[in-house]
Amino acid sequence: MRTLRDGQIGETVTVVKLHGRGPIKRRIMDMGITKGVTILIRKVAPLGDPVELNVRGYELSLRKADAEMIEIQ
Amino acid sequence: MIKIALVGNPNCGKTTLFNGLTGGNQYVGNWPGVTVEKKEGLLQGHKDVTIQDLPGIYSLSPYSLEEVIARGYLLQEHPDAIINIIDSTNIERNLYLTTQLLELGIPMVLALNMTDIIRKRGDVIDTCELAAKFGCAVVEISALNKEGILEAAEQAILLAQTKMVPKPLALFENKIEKVIGEIETIIAPQVVAGESRWYAVKLFERDQQIVKMLGLEPATTELIGKLVAASEDQEDDDAESIITAGRYGYIAQVINRIVHKAQAPGTLTVSDKIDRIVTNRILALPIFAFIMFCVYYISMSGVGALVTDWVNDEFFGEMVAGNLSAWMESAGCAEWLTGLVVEGIVGGVGAVLGFVPQMLILFLMLSILEDVGYMSRVAFIMDRIFRRFGLSGKSFIPMLVASGCGVPGIMASRTIENDRDRKMTIMTTTFIPCGAKMPIVALFAGALFDGSGLIATSAYFIGVAAVIISGIILKKTKMFAGDPAPFVMELPSYHMPYATNILRSTWERGSSFIIKAGTIILLSSIILWFLQSFGYVDGAWEMVEDNNGSVLAVLGNTIAPIFAPLGFGKWQAAVASITGLIAKENVVSTYGVLYGFAEVAEDGQEIWSNLAADFTQLSAYSFMIFNLLCAPCFAAIGAIRREMNNAKWTAFAVGYMCGFAYVMALIVYQFGLYFLEGHWSLGTVAAAFCLATLLYLLFRPAPEEAAEAIDMKKISWNE
Repeated sequence: MRTLRDGQIGETVTVVKLHGRGPIKRRIMDMGITKGVTILIRKVAPLGDPVELNVRGYELSLRKADAEMIEIQ
Repeated sequence: MIKIALVGNPNCGKTTLFNGLTGGNQYVGNWPGVTVEKKEGLLQGHKDVTIQDLPGIYSLSPYSLEEVIARGYLLQEHPDAIINIIDSTNIERNLYLTTQLLELGIPMVLALNMTDIIRKRGDVIDTCELAAKFGCAVVEISALNKEGILEAAEQAILLAQTKMVPKPLALFENKIEKVIGEIETIIAPQVVAGESRWYAVKLFERDQQIVKMLGLEPATTELIGKLVAASEDQEDDDAESIITAGRYGYIAQVINRIVHKAQAPGTLTVSDKIDRIVTNRILALPIFAFIMFCVYYISMSGVGALVTDWVNDEFFGEMVAGNLSAWMESAGCAEWLTGLVVEGIVGGVGAVLGFVPQMLILFLMLSILEDVGYMSRVAFIMDRIFRRFGLSGKSFIPMLVASGCGVPGIMASRTIENDRDRKMTIMTTTFIPCGAKMPIVALFAGALFDGSGLIATSAYFIGVAAVIISGIILKKTKMFAGDPAPFVMELPSYHMPYATNILRSTWERGSSFIIKAGTIILLSSIILWFLQSFGYVDGAWEMVEDNNGSVLAVLGNTIAPIFAPLGFGKWQAAVASITGLIAKENVVSTYGVLYGFAEVAEDGQEIWSNLAADFTQLSAYSFMIFNLLCAPCFAAIGAIRREMNNAKWTAFAVGYMCGFAYVMALIVYQFGLYFLEGHWSLGTVAAAFCLATLLYLLFRPAPEEAAEAIDMKKISWNE
């Protein structure tokens, strides 16, 4: 299974499924990361975490640990 | 009276719109019992229309404090209309909240904000089609330029008067719509007709708060649970995912038809270009360091220090206190009254008001950073370090500021959105040694350590260690566990700072400190003044010449034994620690008075020999640790009270700091005795016990993880 954590900087990926549960998953979905959406992996923070994504036309930052919940293609 | 609620995402221009609609006519407070700000005001030109500003939210989920407050207000207070403000440059995600608001059965206007930017870019949004697809009125506005904002308000008033409720949209696939329809039928007896869709969708999402709120029969909840589970099996996804995906799916469809962009997708905006440099992997840290240096330098050592020194020494010291005491003496006031007013009230309150100019300068800069959009980049850059101790990346700024003064440090924590992170930051910020604690360090370094610079350096290490240890320990306690702070944060577009917003937010923060923190400081200053100025001398109650014979000295004698295990059981040490509560640098002057000097230099050079006789290096170090970490000055406690908005939390925070300071000093002193002198006593055992407890609290597994592993789906629906 490939997750968002494995994505490369500058890569555009499509979300297949969200794993995990509870508030964090809900929050990720509320921010627009849902099944089928495309995400551009913009950059990684200077200290290596979190990552910056472009999703649904805006910039979102996400910790790598949480990015693991997002299965991509 | 018409009540209009202002609802929208964070960073959508809601504050600007609110200020534009209400003008100066605002009331700023807190939502009951929480640290979330509550603002309301009268619509300009309408005495019978109130505008209620709700916290900026992305959704109406039950998981974040702001969202729970917003939906609680909407459901229970039933505003007459909603103005849903939308950032047109980020319309897709902004409309997600809209799809939820439409279900509430409240008349609603969509205010498309930042349309000036859309026009500048050459983009077009088909508002007629948007109104048709969402079934509610749409008004184009620019809150910044005050375009269309009154039209939006008029529209909302009109809808409120005609009670035109938007028709809920069929957002989901037919199968899901059918199930939601069935749930609506099941709960029909319990809810008002217009709200049934909202409750049905929430029940589909297994929203436990709504289940509790409706008080459904176990049989009913079980029936609904079965329906939902069947849909989940069919879709091979959980209910919340089905709903969110459905909403975003509908929006994406509409957006495709109504938004026409002039530029090809992927074109970088100005904001994108700025961000490429500012959060660049190599440049981000130097830029960050530079900005932080500027903030610190200007507010703490540059302009801020200049103004503060002037207010403290010249204004309150010479002009107010000096003239007042001369005037009161010439008017023949009793000596004690002059003392109370000049030393107690003016001295105490002046010590606090002296911080105000410095604080305003700091808040001004923080407001600019926030308004420009850099604040969320601070969190982005620093998150990696701070989240290890259960703090937020944004905790960096309060801690940095606290190395100058803890009061604005605590107030700066307001930029942290998450309630848990904010409370934790407030509790740990004052561990960082502030400017006023440095004289204590200098005093002991000079008296017992030949002025070694290592002592001052170690003070900072102790402060940082205290923050880290406390962060990890507190993170695992019940009070902070179970509410994991997701770091899923928007990085808003950069934009030019907007003067009105910045000045207003600076003033709000400054004035709320003066008013709320001021009262607690005034009271405690007066009490302490009485304690140290009066006492029984030769059996008669009178005003004492120096603290030696005061009630405070008696009190110091009584509590001194508590500090014996820390190596400073003399009453002078206890008294000095107490007067340190007014302002930390008082520790030095109190020692001066107690050793019979009327006035001492800032580092207390005159009393070094007295101290050297009373303290060993070890007990001096222990005293220093205790005073660096224990309860901060009254001004800081007042700020904690203001920010926590809760007396219990304030007491807990102060109690925690004192307890932590005591334990740390105990461990250092007792183990020091043991290793340096081979001295073994009951105290060593106590210290060993404390150390073991501390290590256990530090390294025990976080209790919340066990709870989180429980499958939400498996939890009984009718819990």
